[in-house]
Amino acid sequence: MEHKEINLNLKVWRQKNAQDSGHFETYKAENISTEMSFLEMFDVLNEKLINEGQDPIAFDHDCREGICGMCSMHINGRAHGPWEGTTTCQLHMRAFTDGQTVTVEPWRAKAFPVLKDLVVDRSAFDRIQQAGGYVSVNTGNAQDGNALPIDKAMADASFDAAMCIGCGACVAACKNSSAMLFTSAKVSQYALLPQGQAERKTRVLNMVAQMDKEGFGACTNTGACEAECPKQISLSNIARLNREYLNAQMSL
Amino acid sequence: MINNRVPSGELAQKWSTYKSTCKLVNPANKRSIDIIVVGTGLAGASAAATLAELGYSVKTFCFQDSGRRAHSIAAQGGINAAKNYQNDGDSVYRLFYDTIKGGDYRAREANVHRLAEVSGNIIDQCVAQGVPFAREYGGLLSNRSFGGTQVQRTFYAAGQTGQQLLLGAYSAQMRQVALGKIIEHNRHEMLDVVVIDGKARGIIARNLVTGQIERHGAHAVLLCTGGYGNVFFLSTNAMGSNVTAAWKAHKKGAFFGNPCFTQIHPTCIPVSGDHQSKLTLMSESLRNDGRIWVPKKQGDNRKAVDIPEEERDYYLERRYPAFGNLVPRDVASRAAKERCDAGYGVGNSKMAVYLDFAAAIIRYGKTECTKTGIANADQATIIKLGKEVVKEKYGNLFDMYEKITGENPYEMPMRIYPAVHYTMGGLWVDYELMTTVPGLYALGEANFSDHGANRLGASALMQGLADGYFVIPYTIGNYLADEIRTPKIDTNQREFVEAEKAVTDRINHFINVKGKHSVDYFHKQLGKIMWDKCGMARNEKGLKEAIQEIRALRDEFWRDVKVPGGANELNPELDKAGRVADFLELGELMCIDALNRNESCGGHFREEFQTEDGEAMRMDENYMYVAAWENKGNNEWNLNKEDLIYDVIHPSQRNYK
Repeated sequence: MEHKEINLNLKVWRQKNAQDSGHFETYKAENISTEMSFLEMFDVLNEKLINEGQDPIAFDHDCREGICGMCSMHINGRAHGPWEGTTTCQLHMRAFTDGQTVTVEPWRAKAFPVLKDLVVDRSAFDRIQQAGGYVSVNTGNAQDGNALPIDKAMADASFDAAMCIGCGACVAACKNSSAMLFTSAKVSQYALLPQGQAERKTRVLNMVAQMDKEGFGACTNTGACEAECPKQISLSNIARLNREYLNAQMSL
Repeated sequence: MINNRVPSGELAQKWSTYKSTCKLVNPANKRSIDIIVVGTGLAGASAAATLAELGYSVKTFCFQDSGRRAHSIAAQGGINAAKNYQNDGDSVYRLFYDTIKGGDYRAREANVHRLAEVSGNIIDQCVAQGVPFAREYGGLLSNRSFGGTQVQRTFYAAGQTGQQLLLGAYSAQMRQVALGKIIEHNRHEMLDVVVIDGKARGIIARNLVTGQIERHGAHAVLLCTGGYGNVFFLSTNAMGSNVTAAWKAHKKGAFFGNPCFTQIHPTCIPVSGDHQSKLTLMSESLRNDGRIWVPKKQGDNRKAVDIPEEERDYYLERRYPAFGNLVPRDVASRAAKERCDAGYGVGNSKMAVYLDFAAAIIRYGKTECTKTGIANADQATIIKLGKEVVKEKYGNLFDMYEKITGENPYEMPMRIYPAVHYTMGGLWVDYELMTTVPGLYALGEANFSDHGANRLGASALMQGLADGYFVIPYTIGNYLADEIRTPKIDTNQREFVEAEKAVTDRINHFINVKGKHSVDYFHKQLGKIMWDKCGMARNEKGLKEAIQEIRALRDEFWRDVKVPGGANELNPELDKAGRVADFLELGELMCIDALNRNESCGGHFREEFQTEDGEAMRMDENYMYVAAWENKGNNEWNLNKEDLIYDVIHPSQRNYK
């Protein structure tokens, strides 16, 4: 692949800690190879800041292959940047042009408080999962894996929902900071499988209640979450959650 | 000679006999016993959830912001189980045999047999949790084959099997958090094990957000902290994966087993430049359908598609006709290195080989035409339908390749090259998964036990979950049954105070050095030494040089590292400094171990020990043992040997031809 080098003007959110009010700082990123990933560009910038005696920019990242869900940058107004179906760590510098100004912010949501610079606290997602995102089966109780055939279409649909990486881009993209796409993906995974039936009703009620308690906003079906989701989780999961919720409430 | 505590009796009966005779802890006593689990990957999450279900009080620790992000999540291809759903001759014995052979006869028979025995239960458990495995149209579970085996025993969920299995274990863990049986400590890093009267009694951890140093007591400590591939700087591991927890345990008395056994995975996206921060794996499952080749002519600069069939060297099919592209990872990696070193490599760097799907696309396309009744289909239709099949099987991998390289693998072959992927070495454990420190256990990749000198594909997920779901729940009781009279661990004891002070002093040192170079500067240099001299091929001269170079680099690091920021804040550079300091000690031990092992086996290839046609030459009479290194302080080690005794399998020279 041919590559070239570009220069960028970066506007990056700096915030010392959760109490600090935060502000934008401007940096020059120079001689950036278009073969680099977006986070490698940040590595280069941080190395430069360290060598100049400045505080490097804190950001969350781990696997750098688009699956752990840790990376979380809001780039030029879009969660995970300009490429569709792509996490920040998989975004490459080919996406940018020489001389471009790139603004980088943390996820913005009341339920995701900023810890430092671009790092936010997403433990609210763990608590939503704790409210019912599981099948209550202790280790050692399982029957043979093939004792219960599952319609391939249902299994595939369940997998499509289960692909969610819990990064929070859906919340960051939503004008209401709603966590409906995340919650509905988990509810759908189990609602579509026979294993999830026993707790189907309590699961959806409890997970939605926890979601509200955490301070996430309501869903108004704008669809920004689906558009920005790096795993392209479908909006139809939200429709399913609404059906599940209604059904559970009416049969209580 | 160290005691591996393998039960007596027939191999196939050992585990069931053990389970029926080990000591138990009654439910009332379990409640007052505390267990610390460090790491929340497959091994940690499954152990934490299962021990909490049994009634123990569990505390989990992970450095990520959520347990769900542990690096097990990135495993792509699948998980093995001896279910024989395909009726193709699989059995517990065959899985056991393949794993021992794949590991080049450097694994412990009894552990591997137990692993094969519980493999089927893992699939059942995961299905019951709602893990959406791939299925056939009839609704039954689908299987595929992986390298080093001739049966289809690999269960999978597209190219995201690790993710689905981990989210299953994580969901079980979250359920126990909700029930109050697990207390989570995320964004925490374990920085020491506390040993009192010879037993593990707790840990010192740092809150990575506030910088606060915390003491946590427990009746037993489980390290489920993964492998140490990042000692090479570039690897397929996550950026945060590290050896620190295992290394602290090692310095507190836990022996380190076979540290030089590293797996170099054959199919990764090649390095693109100095900015490279990590390497990305392309699942081994791709070798089911992809054919690996290089041009027959050295330095051939034509595009892949312009090189005619007769001018391509499908070197794996040529050298290993029986297994072809499905030879084990160590064999495939060395063969790629051999071709590139000989000048046949492709791409700008010439350090890559092709992985080509053109033949598979045509083959699948023809099948689809037959299935859908298209007679006399033209080439374009066949290719179109074939691409659709390939997309369903490997779509996410192909997309990832295109994002990283900017090239479309449906149109031109992938370029791949081997990269560090997994470490078979790790903390030495006995049959009960206990280290040489009583009460301190190591599970999953963090221990050395089941994969010998080379791990077969789809076996890491199996081992992590076997250890956590089905082994530790039994073996830990055998130890804790004698601890029921031990009251809650008092963290004001002298040993806790001293351990905390040592941790604090070390952190303050890093902050106060204010040297010239960043942590990454040192880490990259260490990685280069390790890759060049303790990587895919090793020799005595290089290893001796590496040891001297690592010592010099380590001294320089402690004198001259530059860590910005303070100790009492979120400070990723400080976190990295502690990890790299430990890698700088581990790297030396890896070289010492590689130098000691005068043979080639599995992933450990000593250039002095090879057959005429370049295959690994084992020296069973001298090296059929686990090298369990004991830390004597001041970077000195004492070698202990656990002889490997093969009661059932007769070791032979591995042959994949």
